Amino acid sequence: MDISNKDRARELPVQQIDVFTDTRDILAHANRAAKKRGFEDWLICDVDAHHTETISWHELVQYIEDPVIRHQAMLFHDEKMGTASYGLNGDMGLKYQDVGGRIPHQAGIREKVDDGVHRDVTLSRRAMSALGVDYMVLFPTPMLTLGLHPQPEMEVYLGRAYNRWLIDKVLSKDDRLKTLAYLPFNVPKEAERTIEEFSGQPGVIGFCVPSVRHKAVHHNDYMRIYAMLEERNLPIAFHAAYHWQDQSLATINRFLGMHALGFVWCNMVHMTNWILNGIPERFPKLKSIWVESGLAWIPFLMQRLDDQYLMRPSEAPQLKKLPSEYMRENCWYTTQPMETVNMKALQLTLEMINAESQLLFASDWPHFDFDLPQEIYDLPFLSEQAKRNILGLNAAKLFNLDPTVRKTL
Amino acid sequence: MAEYLVCSEDEIADGGRKVVACGEREIGIFRVKGALHAWHNMCPHRQGPICQGRIYPQVIEPVDERQEVRTLQYNEENMHVACPWHGWEFNLETGRNAGPAKYRLHRAELAIREGQVYVVL
Repeated sequence: MDISNKDRARELPVQQIDVFTDTRDILAHANRAAKKRGFEDWLICDVDAHHTETISWHELVQYIEDPVIRHQAMLFHDEKMGTASYGLNGDMGLKYQDVGGRIPHQAGIREKVDDGVHRDVTLSRRAMSALGVDYMVLFPTPMLTLGLHPQPEMEVYLGRAYNRWLIDKVLSKDDRLKTLAYLPFNVPKEAERTIEEFSGQPGVIGFCVPSVRHKAVHHNDYMRIYAMLEERNLPIAFHAAYHWQDQSLATINRFLGMHALGFVWCNMVHMTNWILNGIPERFPKLKSIWVESGLAWIPFLMQRLDDQYLMRPSEAPQLKKLPSEYMRENCWYTTQPMETVNMKALQLTLEMINAESQLLFASDWPHFDFDLPQEIYDLPFLSEQAKRNILGLNAAKLFNLDPTVRKTL
Repeated sequence: MAEYLVCSEDEIADGGRKVVACGEREIGIFRVKGALHAWHNMCPHRQGPICQGRIYPQVIEPVDERQEVRTLQYNEENMHVACPWHGWEFNLETGRNAGPAKYRLHRAELAIREGQVYVVL
């Protein structure tokens, strides 16, 4: 039997995806899906994507402001062997996100990068292009537990160094890359200084509080910070994470359970304090964004707080409406990881949070539970306008971004 | 119906695979316990490249007569492929998900003639 070339199967260049596979190959199906859905004329803002800042830690520590700490950090990286990144706390050996190697892009991105710009610029560009994203908001990864550091000043040193390094090496190289700058929240005066210094810097569109920490968001020490952000019309984001030292999660033995609860619990606690202490009443124009906790927790907390509040209004005297009303009018949420197994529950969730104006697409790329823009596009119960809002227009409005589509697919 | 020539039968060793494009569609052909199985390279979760994922034996957790557990173990009788996007796992012989049976891979038809492997779409 004669077989013409058109009838020959073509072997794919990548037979098995691993940590060395190019981002564009890993996400080839995503790119096809973006083209199929016509995303070339859809503004897509990815409000939560990540890079692994510790890969560049030897470079980043050179941006530490304090000359003594900077010198220590540089010597640490030049001379010490077999150690973690200078000054970083956290569960460095307990990071099982890649499910024992099953999800290689979570374990590491070791593809060739030789574009003459910082690797994080190149890798972000590749991901944006593959996903069909116009703007990408970058967050750090291991630094998300710095709020638990035993030395509060280390959060200041490293948080400020990170902001300066990120602007210099990454954000200033591509105006489609943005960040919510790291706020050293455990030292309020330094957080205020951070807002003064970094507002208006290239790519800075707001500020981020990594959520795992034991500081109360309603403490009077933070009121000046909220006032400063409200005056500047800059949002504050609470970016979730997990940590194994949380005593309330001490019995959990599987990463699945730790991730499922840890990434939600920290933001549930902060949101409860945020609402019951009337922060939205005191700062009605301050926009808070709740990042990377998924969405399923929000209806639960709305119902729970509404019920309890109506029985005990004297304990939340600043409130003029139901907690759920503040949560749907004063708060914004990122989509990822969007829980989709029960679509009815998801539909109700989106209605309850007024997703058409309050929901922001986020991929969380390159993490193991990343989402794609197509997941919003394919939802059967949303109007096209709602999808366009969630995928990009809500973020453009919130962050004052030019809503013109920037990508080529 | 179209047929696409993939390779000679002996090019896919036991435990091996060949992932190919047949026109617009991608198919992964795997040899498990001597037999070939072909699946569309499209994870039912988020349409990820399932056939390009790592292959693992099924993970089990034996429970003893006291209902206690001690170790996790591999069951080499059931080989799984894990989607490299999000880790969804499927049995390479049956296409069934490691968890709920309602999630399945989409099987592709194979034809073997004169030692050559063809995908039939």
